[in-house]
Amino acid sequence: MVPPGIDRCSVTASRAKAQPRYVARVLGRAIHFLLGRRRGAGVGKLQRNGLGDVSVATALKDNFESSARLSNHPDAVVVRFAGDSGDGMQLTGGQFTLSSALAGNDFSTFPDFPAEIRAPQGTTFGVSAFQVNFGSSDIETAGDQPDVLIAMNPAALKTNVGDLRPGGLVIADTGEFGQRNLAKAGYTVSPIDDNSLARWQVLAFDISALTLEAVKPFGLGNKEALRCKNMWTLGLSLWMFDRDRAPLIAWLQDKFAKNPVLADANIAALNAGHAYGETAEIGGPLRQWTVDAASVEPGYYRTITGGESLSLGLVAGARLAGLDLFLGSYPITPASPILHALARLKEFGVTSFQAEDEIAAIGAAIGASYAGQLGVTSSSGPGIALKGEAIGLAIITELPLVIVNSQRGGPSTGLPTKTEQSDLYQAIYGRNGDAPLVVLSTSSPTDCFDVAIEAVRLATQFMTPVMLLTDGYIANAAQPWLVPDMDDYEPFPVVFHTEAPAEGKFNPYQRDAETLKRVWVKPGTPGLTHRIGGIEKGFDTGNINYEAANHQKMTDTRANKILGIANHIPDQDIDQGAAGGKLVVVGWGSTYGPIRKAVEAARARGLDVSHIHIRYLWPLPKNLGDLLKSFDKILVPEMNTGQLKTVLRDQYLVDAKPLNKVSGQPFKIAEIEAAIDAELARKG
Amino acid sequence: MNDMTAIAIPDGSKPDHWATDQEVRWCPGCGDYAILKAVQRTMPEIGAKPENTVFVSGIGCSSRFPYYMETYGFHTIHGRAPTIATGIKLANPELDVWIITGDGDGLSIGGNHMLHLLRRNLDVQLLLFNNEIYGLTKGQASPTSRTGTKSPSTPFGSVDRPVNPCAFALGAGGRFIARTIDTAQKHIPTILKRAHANKGTSFVEIYQNCIVYNDDVFAAFTDKKNAANTQLWAEHGKPLLFANGTKGLRLNTATVELEVIDIIEGATEVVLIHDETNRMLAQLLIDMPFGEFPMALGVLYCDPAPSFETAVIEQNHAVAKGKKADLNALIRKGQSWTVHDAATHKM
Repeated sequence: MVPPGIDRCSVTASRAKAQPRYVARVLGRAIHFLLGRRRGAGVGKLQRNGLGDVSVATALKDNFESSARLSNHPDAVVVRFAGDSGDGMQLTGGQFTLSSALAGNDFSTFPDFPAEIRAPQGTTFGVSAFQVNFGSSDIETAGDQPDVLIAMNPAALKTNVGDLRPGGLVIADTGEFGQRNLAKAGYTVSPIDDNSLARWQVLAFDISALTLEAVKPFGLGNKEALRCKNMWTLGLSLWMFDRDRAPLIAWLQDKFAKNPVLADANIAALNAGHAYGETAEIGGPLRQWTVDAASVEPGYYRTITGGESLSLGLVAGARLAGLDLFLGSYPITPASPILHALARLKEFGVTSFQAEDEIAAIGAAIGASYAGQLGVTSSSGPGIALKGEAIGLAIITELPLVIVNSQRGGPSTGLPTKTEQSDLYQAIYGRNGDAPLVVLSTSSPTDCFDVAIEAVRLATQFMTPVMLLTDGYIANAAQPWLVPDMDDYEPFPVVFHTEAPAEGKFNPYQRDAETLKRVWVKPGTPGLTHRIGGIEKGFDTGNINYEAANHQKMTDTRANKILGIANHIPDQDIDQGAAGGKLVVVGWGSTYGPIRKAVEAARARGLDVSHIHIRYLWPLPKNLGDLLKSFDKILVPEMNTGQLKTVLRDQYLVDAKPLNKVSGQPFKIAEIEAAIDAELARKG
Repeated sequence: MNDMTAIAIPDGSKPDHWATDQEVRWCPGCGDYAILKAVQRTMPEIGAKPENTVFVSGIGCSSRFPYYMETYGFHTIHGRAPTIATGIKLANPELDVWIITGDGDGLSIGGNHMLHLLRRNLDVQLLLFNNEIYGLTKGQASPTSRTGTKSPSTPFGSVDRPVNPCAFALGAGGRFIARTIDTAQKHIPTILKRAHANKGTSFVEIYQNCIVYNDDVFAAFTDKKNAANTQLWAEHGKPLLFANGTKGLRLNTATVELEVIDIIEGATEVVLIHDETNRMLAQLLIDMPFGEFPMALGVLYCDPAPSFETAVIEQNHAVAKGKKADLNALIRKGQSWTVHDAATHKM
């Protein structure tokens, strides 16, 4: 799921058009915001609110070691918004992220929501959370531990507070801490009153009452009025980090354009939350932090999620290939954002087809490729399993096809909304027969764009299906993206075969001598009628052929064609560190952020460790074996039980050691850093 | 087949031009031969062009069909031919797409796709060869096998009830439903021409004799000796008569059921006139229990509706109209900001 705010905001931004608002000079760079604001969209009149019941756990403050407290001027801050599924936490987090982007921070987000659309209110399994890490330095992960937790009810507190950094700040809405909600969350006594939160700073007050007070003039019903709580909380958060409210106000006016009363009520709540921070002289933990803008490469930036970036990359790839794009897809979490995004881009020659099932989705994509378009199908693990037989058909008929797998926790239905990278075996090996294809992976939301283009290039230039592995974390997480110029990309136009042979019969399996790719002939081309299918065909004729020697030759040819692609991809590079040394940490996919930061930290401590991140998983880059063998030790962190580790051991006979995590949550930097220390300390 | 490159078939081509050089591998005496011949005969009559024609099939005896047609062809996987045909037709609506399937391929493993193909009304011709048995896997009962069918997988007789393909097609929202027999060489081209002329999914069930595993299963109405009394060929606008005009169908308006009546001295006034646009009548004809009634054949239902690929392409065009496909502009959409170089104030 795309954080809901981002889509909506993009509408506002594009409509409001580039009107310079203000120029801030930070860290030697001028940040020039293009975000405009509608005429007349001003900051509403601040309302003064009563403070409500404020209970600050002041007694505990003195117990903190000063190092555990966040400085007033931190490099980076991690904030987690947690509440009921219906509390709008994804939206709040998404909007807060945008304000971070506009303040010039680098950032990374982690939306974490339940599989249920709206679980029973107040329950722990209905808690939806959104974490954002923003700062003035290079941000690669959503952060190991939140510094600030905003808990909208007891269940959100219960399920999230354990992750909070000791000394971190909890903001809780006591209005939701009645006996009923406490019981639902499994508390007998309110944790605010019983000292059980002593490790943290707690700021608990009645946000519900303050919200009701703020929106009173608009005459909303109680339920509707309380739905403005998230905007009140957002307003307070904006004050805490000294953020501009104007873009949010413009966004609310756009979002509720058809219901100005709701727009005004939400804006009033936002302003009230902000004013609360400004005027409440409660001292204690509630104070302002300054997070400087990041020092980043100049250029045009936008926020983007992996799902958006991948969709745009597919369209860009199809344009570079000179083809129309056909997406056959069936709704599935967390892959659906790609279907939603591509369904809107018809002016780019995109046809999207929501099929009756996963098999029909890929079948139609194969049919479209056969007819001369770029066939794409998108799903996650269970859907890819259903597509297995059809993938084999695309392999034996040697048609271009891009198969996107947004991985999630498995097996079977597994953890639909949680992230995992456990479909690597499925991607490389998961079909009947010897059925090789190209496997690529994306390592971050912004990386998706280029990897999608590369998937299209390899599929069309080598007449093969390409499996593109992304995951639920990448699909939903957002990053700032330095938007490239499409004119800098080299086109790779497809040339369809149209020449009838001078003599003899046309063989649809005639191949390029070097790459072994077969010709692509569109039905409708005169003089080249031919038949293809899933049955083995003769190497020299393309006709059905069951002969033993021919099957050997065709199997070898299909395998060699894919292996030969290693000659047409870049050598494996080293992300950090030397080529050779004591230890290399090898990763693929969305573990990029935590591995990068862990290796960076270990290297800063003088440790001899390098980082290799593999994009091309099949065929593997030609130099990878030599590169791995130049290290004494190899550590492979993966969100599975050791799949890349097995592949590396198999391909190179190297002693790759696994570091595995399958909790549905991304790796923490500290976990990988600890494993680096352990591996370097291990004898042998 | 001429083995030279000149595969281009001249207009007014002969049926032989549509045959490939591939040896046909069906069992001698298989009903598929007759259907292949009838299809090859139909091609020149409908003015088809080989390069614009695509035969798509699934898996099974019938699904080898594309290899024997000198056109474009795609022999896909079990049950999935409608899905691949959907992609082909959406990518290039100019192509004339034929789906070849069987009772197992189309109604068992591929039943779901058949349902959606029909409700969407993709413009294809679908020929379902119904032999009430799995031939290629050596004779197991199929979804159209009659209850009690003894087969290697049902040695004591099948207990499940069969599906009526035309009833399925009608229920799924099919807009063109016809039924014929492999040996009806005169009728098949007529029906195929009608199917081809219909823009939408044209569902044609062909009773096809499997000489090895289910020989003569349709003999009760295909046997030439009895044909007149057991076959009713429905023709739009004409009375529903059989047995050389001596019997006909009447609607009992009290029970809303069909009845067989004897025609006395050519008095056909009370006989139902076939209206192929009448869905209710089509349902009654399709459901007539054979024995008590004749087997209804011909175009049983034809009530055209807009085809799927037309609707998709029209929407694609309508939505894209007036919009510029500017990729750089597209990727720049969204919440954005520009970071300038402080030293030069240049980007």
